[in-house]
Amino acid sequence: MNENSAPIVVIGTGLAGYNLVKELRKLAPQQDILMITADDGRNYSKPMLSTGFGKNKTADELAMASAAAMAEQLNIVIRTNTRVTHIDAAAHKVFVGEEPIDYSKLVLAWGAEVIRPRVEGDAGDRIYSINDLEDYARFRSAAEGKKRVLIMGAGLIGCEYANDMANGGFEIDVVAPCEQLLPSLLPPEAANAVQHGLEGLGVRFHLGPLVSRIVHDGDELSATLSNGETLKTDVVVSAIGLRPRLDLAIKAGLQVNHGIVVNRQLQTSEADIYALGDCAEVEGRVLLYVLPLMASARALAKTLSGEATEVSYGVMPVTVKTPVVPVVVSPPALSVSGMWQTECDGADVQAEFRNENGELLGYALTGARVMNKVALNKELPAILP
Amino acid sequence: MKKWQCVVCGWIYDEELGAPEEGLAPGTRWEDVPADFICPDCGVGKEDFEMVEI
Repeated sequence: MNENSAPIVVIGTGLAGYNLVKELRKLAPQQDILMITADDGRNYSKPMLSTGFGKNKTADELAMASAAAMAEQLNIVIRTNTRVTHIDAAAHKVFVGEEPIDYSKLVLAWGAEVIRPRVEGDAGDRIYSINDLEDYARFRSAAEGKKRVLIMGAGLIGCEYANDMANGGFEIDVVAPCEQLLPSLLPPEAANAVQHGLEGLGVRFHLGPLVSRIVHDGDELSATLSNGETLKTDVVVSAIGLRPRLDLAIKAGLQVNHGIVVNRQLQTSEADIYALGDCAEVEGRVLLYVLPLMASARALAKTLSGEATEVSYGVMPVTVKTPVVPVVVSPPALSVSGMWQTECDGADVQAEFRNENGELLGYALTGARVMNKVALNKELPAILP
Repeated sequence: MKKWQCVVCGWIYDEELGAPEEGLAPGTRWEDVPADFICPDCGVGKEDFEMVEI
């Protein structure tokens, strides 16, 4: 068949998939578009999963539109609860089991998967990860009527959840094998400010050990840490990290590294297959944040509508949703050298990372100092100019 | 005074508080926020905000 008559197929209906299609629809009103999703296809904002307990929002309340409503609004076809099992790049087909589906262009927007902890014991069924709306719904029903939550991990999601669930009335223990909170994002002084803020909400931190074993103990759970300490809790959240989903891309023969390797046009090693969002590695960068995802959605929509366009990343500060001590951080690239210069005043920390010529390459702001981000953004170089 | 929420990332604009770090003084009504304003967390424009009940 003439492949140009086949639709553009997008795998995934998260922020990356839906925002790409919204932008593409503006530019190409007649284009046939098929979206395929392994879940129920409801449109929701993933960052809002981190503030759901404090605002007491159920999963249904966080869902902004059903798949059917999105299909009608965007004039597209959406296949829900459908898992793509194979991609045949040479034949321009994806397969759902035995069923082939032709595409003219294929977009991979299937996101990142949670890294699962290796924990001994018989309570694996009480360890939850929250990576999408359905996970959130499952966890909310598991936490119903419970008092204590143990969070594994003190990165962005672990800290956001600690703040949110403390606001939601839970007693929180955080266990993480690191010396400080947010170790990949913040210098120690800023991390300390966040830790003190969260401790003020009653959050208890156990930094250094891992959770090695969790067992049922009557109605409660007993967690043993690698330093021998034992904690009692009711439910466990694992927030130890995310990694781009690669399985199908590897099987399809696409080039992968940490993520699916794409160029500035978000094109994979196969000409008619593109990737964006949490699964994509753009010129060596895997950035699991909304701002780069939106920039990618706008650029890729243009490319798919016929105007080849490279994505640009300007300054991309990351907001950590810990309202007790707000955090905005623009971490310096790993490859650059320089030094942190830090001013601290209680919860208010301003840390600037500058090279030997005094040029600003990154910053971390907490508390009232987040006000200064606009001025600092003007000084920072763009990430991908 | 109303609150507005970005439907993409959840950032909230509270008219009463304004957003001094974005150059919007306290009390700035949403209709008076410049048309080229973009969400500080995710970069979408004014059309992607929705009004949230107080």
